[in-house]
Amino acid sequence: MSFEITRFPLIKSLLKNRWSQLLVWFVMLVGFLWAIMSGFAGTPVGNRNFGIVFVWIAWWAVLILVAVPFFGRGWCAVCPIPLPGEWIQRGAILEPPAKKPRWLNLRWPNKLRNIWLQNLIFTLVALFSSVILTTPKVTAIVLAAMFFLAIGMSMIFERRTFCRYICPVSGFIGLYAQAAPFELRVKDKKVCLSCNDKPCYNGTSTLLQVQGDARINEGSQAGYGCPWDVFPGGLTKNTYCGLCMECLRTCPYDNIAVNTRPFSADLAKPSTRMDEAFKAFIMLGAAMIYCGVFLGPWGNLKLAAYSAGTLPWIEYTAVFLVFLFGLLPVLFLGAVWIGKTLAKAAITLKKSFIAFATALVPLGLMFWIAFSLSFVMTNVAYILSSLSDPFGWGWNLFGTASLAWQPFLTTHLLPIQMLVLVGGLLWAGRTAQKAGAEIKISPVPVIVFSTLATLAMLGLLL
Amino acid sequence: MISGVLIVLAAPLAARAIGASGTIEIHGRMAETGGWSPSVIKANTGTPLHLRLTSDDVMHSFAIGQNDAPPVDVLPGQMTEVTLTFDKPGTYIYYCTRWCGPNHWRMRGTIEVTGNDSTSPQPGTSPLYMKLNLDIDAAHPASVTPIGIPDAQHGVEFSTLLPASYLTPDYYRSHSPAQAYLDLSADPALSSLSGTDLWDLVAYLWQSNTTPEGLAEGQRLFAQNCAACHGETGGGNGVFSAYIKALAGKTPVDFSDPATRLGAAPALLQGKILRGGMGTGMPSWGPILTDQETWDLIGYLYTFQFKLSP
Repeated sequence: MSFEITRFPLIKSLLKNRWSQLLVWFVMLVGFLWAIMSGFAGTPVGNRNFGIVFVWIAWWAVLILVAVPFFGRGWCAVCPIPLPGEWIQRGAILEPPAKKPRWLNLRWPNKLRNIWLQNLIFTLVALFSSVILTTPKVTAIVLAAMFFLAIGMSMIFERRTFCRYICPVSGFIGLYAQAAPFELRVKDKKVCLSCNDKPCYNGTSTLLQVQGDARINEGSQAGYGCPWDVFPGGLTKNTYCGLCMECLRTCPYDNIAVNTRPFSADLAKPSTRMDEAFKAFIMLGAAMIYCGVFLGPWGNLKLAAYSAGTLPWIEYTAVFLVFLFGLLPVLFLGAVWIGKTLAKAAITLKKSFIAFATALVPLGLMFWIAFSLSFVMTNVAYILSSLSDPFGWGWNLFGTASLAWQPFLTTHLLPIQMLVLVGGLLWAGRTAQKAGAEIKISPVPVIVFSTLATLAMLGLLL
Repeated sequence: MISGVLIVLAAPLAARAIGASGTIEIHGRMAETGGWSPSVIKANTGTPLHLRLTSDDVMHSFAIGQNDAPPVDVLPGQMTEVTLTFDKPGTYIYYCTRWCGPNHWRMRGTIEVTGNDSTSPQPGTSPLYMKLNLDIDAAHPASVTPIGIPDAQHGVEFSTLLPASYLTPDYYRSHSPAQAYLDLSADPALSSLSGTDLWDLVAYLWQSNTTPEGLAEGQRLFAQNCAACHGETGGGNGVFSAYIKALAGKTPVDFSDPATRLGAAPALLQGKILRGGMGTGMPSWGPILTDQETWDLIGYLYTFQFKLSP
């Protein structure tokens, strides 16, 4: 059911072209550094600061409303954070790889080759989110920290270890990328079996022309092995492929394709990883708590969430952590247990817990979309004014600095949110059905859990 | 690539440094987090002082005390330009006129203006409460209070009986309404009047020391400067009254309570307004309000006790 978009020569050459990619990267890098600068040097007033407006309104809106639901890891493909580190690691921006790696190139430890660290880091960032999202200086510190960490890690570890194992954003983008109608896959696995060099994973400093092979119609480019430490031939899900197009360039057999496909294709088979299951709970719970803190009427809650370091904040943190890592998983476990007991299924409780957690991927994605629509539609007007006066210094670069704030389509916000949440529930139900069919357990208790969570979100948003 | 990025980054800082010469940039913050910075500015007489004002938190505004120039709004994350020129040397107070928090009144700075001034400075005069030796921190209960609200309109009917000595500003300013009532009730010229009539006459006496414009100005000043703590209707229950209670252990003064209000002479109120500093968060308005504004405000305060005709 997938449709290959790289069958069109224009699209394929655009994706393979390093210059077009570099241009996009340059724009992103300048924007990123500009955001850090405005955070450090500009006004502390959030809605008049480019850093806050362009990171937490503009970029976040594009990420959660467009990039992730429709392109999976599309943002990772253009993210500027790993770039200078990667250039330093490679010793080049566009040139083919040297024979020997220039830096330590260490392999990431086996015990950490999962997303538990990202779960932890995301949770840590989430606990301070009230301060980060509203204070330009703190946003700048967080972005700069990620930037320098990525650079440092590139000099110690191989490939894009920061992106794969540390970046808090990468954790949930990967999880939700499974639901997107966009993928990179090999066309024919048998071709990979007969390939000796695997330049898609190992990289190649030369063009690899396979002589006398009627299948190929063009040679590969010199290029780097997958920075995401993924073997493209083994890709069955979007979770860890960063869409950097390196393998598209290096495959000597033109065996890599970028396809559109139905939504949720990766979720047809249930998940098997506990770290991903918990990422789903973290995201689900965080979306619900954020609705209460940021959009709710409870001033004391907002104050507790904001006053990092104080006793009320510690209490808020405790509730936050118990909700994400305790209450939600335990309730979910109960639902799974009920279904498993009724079905008298032989599969372990742990495996069925993880399998059904797959349903929380579309549910969580739609929770985040519904939540994000609230503050995006109310704050999108600031994008134009902060473009003209990024630092709040009285500039007017594009003449839009004094554009008055106005809400954007907010009269339609509640119906849209309702549709999103109900759609998410139906999507989660369908996913739970598919998982249940695989493990022969009724999905009904899990659907009940999802319904209750959706009702809670509706209550918080309405 | 790298140099391109560095140029992009350095550009705004360079532009700011170039454009900033000669203009003083003032950042306003709520008093709790720093107030005005800088809070001391130096200027010379006759030389225009260019200021760029921005707020780092909430909306503020900028005004000079005892000066007619209208306040200028200072908006968060935006710049407002103002140019001031001073004719006379001295210390000028600039302050915030938009309620920005419970400590809004503390948001003040000084402009020290030096220069040549051919006119000799006028000596200051001590305020009336000091001349009268009034202890403005002492309690001032009213020894007598009326039943009901005295009505100046009714008091007009007896105004012809009132000896002229009572109608002077000096008498009005140095006597509390309760003292005035006692003086009037002891005066043989007014012996025919009942207690209620006498109170109405006191109200008339108070009204005769105000003008309609003065009362309107007093009302405006009260709404702008006092209502946030003292309440729109003077009941001591303004939006910041809970904060004041937490700070000082008691709420702001209730101007509608006759037991204390009628024991306060205008000169006493002037002292409290000028000096503030009761340990209650009451601001000192001396550098901000002109003499006339202070008396207009005081005249208005008595409207919480008396029915004065507009």
